[in-house]
Amino acid sequence: MDSIRMRGVCKNFGEITALENIDFDLGENEVVGLIGDNGAGKSTLIKIITGVYPFEKGELFIRDEKVDPLRYTVQKAREFGIETVYQERSLGERQPLWRNIFIGRHRTNRLGYIRIRSEKEETINILKNLIGLKGVGISADSSVQMLSGGERQGVAIGRAMYFKSRIIVLDEPTTALSLKEVDKVLNFIKMIRETGKSCIYITHNIYHLYAVADRFVILDRGKIVGNYQKSELSREELSDKLMMHARQE
Amino acid sequence: MGKKLRPYRLQLGVTFVFIALIVIFMFLSPGTFLSKRIYISFMSTIPFAAIMALGLTLVIIGGDMDLSFPSVMAIAGYTFSSIFLATGSVLLALVAALAVGMIAGLVNGLIVVKIGVPSIIATIGTQFFWRGLTTVLCGGMSKSIVQVRDTAAYQVFVGRIGSVIPAQAVWCLLIAIFLWSILHMHKFGDNIRFIGDNMRTARIMGINVDLVRILLFVMMGLLTAFSSTLVCFEMANWWPTQGEGYMLLVFASVFIGGTSVFGGQGTIIGTFVGSLIIGIIEAGLISSGFSGFWTRLIYGVIVVTSVSVYAVMAKKR
Repeated sequence: MDSIRMRGVCKNFGEITALENIDFDLGENEVVGLIGDNGAGKSTLIKIITGVYPFEKGELFIRDEKVDPLRYTVQKAREFGIETVYQERSLGERQPLWRNIFIGRHRTNRLGYIRIRSEKEETINILKNLIGLKGVGISADSSVQMLSGGERQGVAIGRAMYFKSRIIVLDEPTTALSLKEVDKVLNFIKMIRETGKSCIYITHNIYHLYAVADRFVILDRGKIVGNYQKSELSREELSDKLMMHARQE
Repeated sequence: MGKKLRPYRLQLGVTFVFIALIVIFMFLSPGTFLSKRIYISFMSTIPFAAIMALGLTLVIIGGDMDLSFPSVMAIAGYTFSSIFLATGSVLLALVAALAVGMIAGLVNGLIVVKIGVPSIIATIGTQFFWRGLTTVLCGGMSKSIVQVRDTAAYQVFVGRIGSVIPAQAVWCLLIAIFLWSILHMHKFGDNIRFIGDNMRTARIMGINVDLVRILLFVMMGLLTAFSSTLVCFEMANWWPTQGEGYMLLVFASVFIGGTSVFGGQGTIIGTFVGSLIIGIIEAGLISSGFSGFWTRLIYGVIVVTSVSVYAVMAKKR
């Protein structure tokens, strides 16, 4: 069973074609790297998968279930177990960690009041055991502003894993991070695979991508122009393929 | 400051300022501030602005602004007094006034959320609209509703509990407790915080951002209308300029209380105590021998100082 299967998907913005006849697959327990230059259509593809944009033509299957493009929303995508981690938009910067972990999925009573103590205890558990954050002074009440860039991505990824997301989409998660912080994020991605989940990883950095992905999909001007298993090519060859498409513009 | 108290330092800070002001006024004017009469007087006057400040706190935490409430107060009060005079029914008048407040809030919400006009601009426009409509409807004439004092509702809303405590103070306290519980303990309050913090994050996390923002404007309209009816009950009168003068008091209460003008952060306790501070300053200054001309100057100093202190604290975080 595929986690995601797209067939002939098209997306236009007015007269501009953002995606043209896209066939894309994401297997179970697979990390797929999505690469391409700016404007290639990576973000548009991801936004269709995560329910942000509707698509005009084609078919989308999530775990073999066909999606109705008119009724497919962010909320619906989350119900399918799809969660996105963006570079800077995944967390409420000024909110405490426990609220960030449970936002939109609070443990509540019948009146909608949050079981705060229970959520705080679980947050400590997630921070220590799932994410591995053991920094001095970090508690469930700590603000996100206290965390480094890598730790923030860790919280967002850990949140997705805790809520049993089956498909985690990472949109440029290592941009603007220090080398040490990048290592942390790459370890989180390895953890995604180890726990049996699937992942789409978007980045401009071939080095980061090659370290963790099983397969690479190259997008160029709204079309898929390359689809390679990691075993088929070296990092240098992948880089050459990407450069070749860039030169053809 | 201990770790456990650190999250509450804003509330503690503003409470300390309030207590310090009371103590200073007790020294400067012991005859007034050591007598219980002044506190009963505060309890009868402060709730009108405080109720609107509590509502506005949630709107601002959600990242929006509402400048139309003084005019919504006027149209809601006009509705209340007109329907009461026409029918003699307090219940009908109250329901109609609250409905008008909610409709005014809904209009604000739809303009801001569905059309996309920035809330500060949209509500400046609707402020003129509601004030203008009220003036046209009343022809510039006020309405005396002295008969309202003979109704049971008068005792419920502004009567004196045990012949001492003004009922509006109890209403204000109940509203503060309810809104505190929503903001800090309810998932709706959590949605408000995340929308004000980062609207795109809130959308990604599946929050119905548009609905929450519209509901906040409707709630603000409802609380404004309620405050307006309390004023009508208390004064047994409605006048065309009702609501004018509350803008400064309400905003000062909210910002003294530590609510971030950038959204995402703020507390109900802070606003509640901020309302008390703003409410006692005028009486405190005059009874201490200062001219009433000083009041606005002091308001200005307090607001600028408090928002500056909070901005510095935010930078340090």
